[in-house]
Amino acid sequence: MTQHWPDDVFEALRRAEIRQVGYVPDAGHARLIERAHADAEMRAVVLTTEEEGIALAAGAWLGGTRAVLLMQSSGVGNCINMLSLPLNCRMPLLALVTMRGEWGEFNPWQVPMGSATPAVLERMGVQVRRVERAEEAAETVAAAAALAFDSTVPVAVLLSQRLIGAKLWVR
Amino acid sequence: MSAGMLDRRLVVAALLHDPGDLLVVTGLGAATYDAAAAGDRPLNFYLWGAMGGAAMVGLGLALAQPSRRVLVLTGDGEMLMGLGALATIAVQAPDNLAIAVLDNGRFGETGSQHSHTAHGADLAAIALGCGWRSVCTVSAAAELDPLRARLRREALLAVLRIAPDDPPRVLPPRDGALLHHRFRAALSRSSTPP
Repeated sequence: MTQHWPDDVFEALRRAEIRQVGYVPDAGHARLIERAHADAEMRAVVLTTEEEGIALAAGAWLGGTRAVLLMQSSGVGNCINMLSLPLNCRMPLLALVTMRGEWGEFNPWQVPMGSATPAVLERMGVQVRRVERAEEAAETVAAAAALAFDSTVPVAVLLSQRLIGAKLWVR
Repeated sequence: MSAGMLDRRLVVAALLHDPGDLLVVTGLGAATYDAAAAGDRPLNFYLWGAMGGAAMVGLGLALAQPSRRVLVLTGDGEMLMGLGALATIAVQAPDNLAIAVLDNGRFGETGSQHSHTAHGADLAAIALGCGWRSVCTVSAAAELDPLRARLRREALLAVLRIAPDDPPRVLPPRDGALLHHRFRAALSRSSTPP
């Protein structure tokens, strides 16, 4: 069955006037990444590591535009010190984080960072929202974008592994 | 590799001479002090932390303001921490972004320990390997004026071989919110058509 929520989330990002999409690829973000590359008003920026996207978003904001960071929970740890940039400078940050290590995970290496992701982000002072069901994805992202850009705070939306679907493992 | 001879303050004063509405992002540590010594201005955005992030802040800014020139001024240690950014920037290839790396082969803030560039890592060659089209290494003061012109015209990564000196610190504001708001206000003023 084709999932529609990634397209709904993309529309929410468009309505939020996102112009730069920094990403470290994840299967759960594949559709969003594809849409971002195809959109003439957006610049999709493939990153080598997630903290690059925090700095990219800060630069975009300094230049008067809005960015989003797409990443997987395994990359959250890479971002921690770089979060001092939006936190100190009182800048917005919008990150969409696909969760691993929580729902039917086959790969034990995903479990430590996945389990710690919400607590680590909250401890750093990032506003954390969570999406469990497809029908709430777009409205949660829209609300998170409003919070991030209007109240100028860092916000992470965690897209649960149940939502994106546990990765199939071929033995 | 032997240490460079260029005086860092002289280098930065030359590169930031007559900045006009050049957008400047500095990496933490001495690059930030050097830019402040050359003259504090609202269109300088100084990083006091976020090590490894200067080049990527420059990329976000350059993509957001394609008609403006952006210069990232940073040190070898800061650039080494964010090496991946060189590959990321090469993919985007904005023609309005240049990077000047002040390379003294030292981690100057922390006791002047040798960095990787003191042991042979070549940031210009790394940038070339990442897909940058235009890189250069500058070791002589006579090359600074032509370099300033290139940095304001080309998508260039320049490595400046500076001496491992530790000049007196010149500290710009370190309140990130202040730096952010004054930068955006100055950008919006200078973007207004006359």
